Amino acid sequence: MMLRAENLGWTVRNTAIVSEVSLSVREGEMLGILGPNGSGKSTLMKMLAGILAPSSGTVTLKGQPMAAMPRRAIAQILALVEQHAGTAERITVQDAVELGRTPWLSAIEPWSPRDNAIVAQALADVDMAGMTRRHWHTLSGGEQQRVHLARALAQQPTILLLDEPTNHLDIEHQLAILGLVRALPITTVVALHDLNQAMNCDRVAVLDGGRLVQIGPPAEVLTAQIMRDVFNVRASFLVDPEDGSRVIRFQPLGLPAANTTLIKEEHS
Amino acid sequence: MSFFVSDQAPANRVSGHKRRIALYCLGALLLLLLAVAMGAAIGETAIPLDVIGKTVANRIFGAAYTLDPIEEGIVWSYRISRAIVAASCGAALAVSGAVLQSLLRNPLADPYLLGLSAGASTGAVLVTVIGVGGGMVSLSFGAFWGAALAFGLVALLAKAAGGGVSAQGTGQIILAGIAGSQLFNALTSFIITRSANAEQARGIMFWLLGNLSGVRWDDVWLAVPVALGGVIVCIWHMRALDAFAFGAESAASLGIPVRRVQVVLIAMTALMTAVMVSLVGSIGFVGLVIPHAARFLVGVRHGRLLPVTALTGAVFLVIADIVSRTAIPGQVVPIGVITALVGAPGFALILIRGRSMR
Ligand SMILES: Nc1ncnc2c1ncn2[C@@H]1O[C@H](COP(=O)(O)OP(=O)(O)OP(=O)(O)O)[C@@H](O)[C@H]1O
Ligand SMILES: [Mg+2]
Repeated sequence: MMLRAENLGWTVRNTAIVSEVSLSVREGEMLGILGPNGSGKSTLMKMLAGILAPSSGTVTLKGQPMAAMPRRAIAQILALVEQHAGTAERITVQDAVELGRTPWLSAIEPWSPRDNAIVAQALADVDMAGMTRRHWHTLSGGEQQRVHLARALAQQPTILLLDEPTNHLDIEHQLAILGLVRALPITTVVALHDLNQAMNCDRVAVLDGGRLVQIGPPAEVLTAQIMRDVFNVRASFLVDPEDGSRVIRFQPLGLPAANTTLIKEEHS
Repeated sequence: MSFFVSDQAPANRVSGHKRRIALYCLGALLLLLLAVAMGAAIGETAIPLDVIGKTVANRIFGAAYTLDPIEEGIVWSYRISRAIVAASCGAALAVSGAVLQSLLRNPLADPYLLGLSAGASTGAVLVTVIGVGGGMVSLSFGAFWGAALAFGLVALLAKAAGGGVSAQGTGQIILAGIAGSQLFNALTSFIITRSANAEQARGIMFWLLGNLSGVRWDDVWLAVPVALGGVIVCIWHMRALDAFAFGAESAASLGIPVRRVQVVLIAMTALMTAVMVSLVGSIGFVGLVIPHAARFLVGVRHGRLLPVTALTGAVFLVIADIVSRTAIPGQVVPIGVITALVGAPGFALILIRGRSMR
């Protein structure tokens, strides 16, 4: 078992933000974390990454309790891309991605050509190789997000935690980044809002009000009932004629079903 | 795509890296020596460089050049020690400023942010005006413990405010520092207005603006190890400081033991600053401006930034001291006035040019 949460909880000012979450991340899988705004996805991710100490429960990484591991040892196994992380420093894209090598270099160890190659590869993987000299504050939101991902890739983790990695990306880069992450020979945990993208995960976990509601293969978990109970939308499932895969279409709960059929007929 | 890149670092690249670092160190050392030599040569009586060389040869290597004993005395007992302390102080203050700016992610952070100069002034007036210690302790001693006490209180307050040196809040320590500074400045003013005569008040003000005239060799043996040790500890943490660019949480996810690094570095900058304040008063502007000038020159990566900051700070303060001694014949302008007079326009220039470079 790569990464495991047991009875994880986080409480702030007597309010439980995450409670009693137990899950195991399997080696090599891509696990999606789903849930509405404020359901505790980011909080859970931070605890899984070891940068937020849980109020209760434990996280184990490769069989060891994470709380007892040195930060450096954790960072050599696990990388995190946060939902929001900016800087006021005049740091370049190259500098930002080079930070990913931090856990692998001791205080005075010189930078090696191998580190350079890893950084260059990471930049190429996120399609940012042409912008290495650009300053952070001149990048667009999506470009910044891709740089963050490149930094995490340069860390060469065996587990990659991504908190909404695609929320600023154009559609081409959304598909490219998720495809890239899926193709990596590593374990990934990714918080997502796009439930159609979640269909590509090996398993998904659904959070609601800080509790784990369901975990399993997306086709089994993402039912019309979960859409209604957790996400407060009505979902209909369509089939893409091109490859037969399932596509979810969403409507507000209030709208009567007949309406949609009407619209569909009008357009066909 | 190939996720795992694997080629080995050729050995000659690494040794080339070492040679380059050695060259830079040599260049920095030469520049420092030149600055100190200038500090020894320039003054009310100009002394030729060869006399300085011979004085050093006499005193350190036991050479037997015959020199004017008065000139030799001025060079050895006053000017060289003074220039060395100025250099140590400049390096320590500038590096402290750079480290605090990065660690607290606040470009306005300077070494006095944590209440150190206010505490030092309170300690100094307690000794000189109230007579705490009964004449047995020096002004420097009072200033050092005043600074240490103020820092302790600020750190406690920041911790109590919930942030302190933790992963989340760096805002609290800045606010606590402001509160502490206000408190100790008020105490100092209170003591001065209640108990000091006009001359004492003037003396204190002079000391607060920075004063190197009392510096002797004893002070060198304190200033140099503290500055050197402190700067080395900070450079040792260069990668950790880089990792703070995107905040403490991001640093933690890059494997930095955030809390330990914050405690070590804040304590180190506090120690350097407290020692320097107690020796020469609170010289402003160096810790705030020099790091920004250095960033402008070499960028934000601390492996280059910290050494350049240290060197620039050292040379800058030696020059500022020369100017303070020679600007008005027969009178010493407080060095803090010079650093601000030179620093403010210099800073403005950097801001304007930095803007056009974006
Ligand atoms: N430090 C805190 N103090 C108080 N409440 C907090 C704190 N941190 C998080 N919360 C609350 O906990 C809840 C969960 O936050 P979290 O960021 O984990 O949500 P999320 O599922 O990632 O949401 P989103 O989809 O918007 O990213 C939110 O309601 C948030 O307001
Ligand atoms: Mg979130």
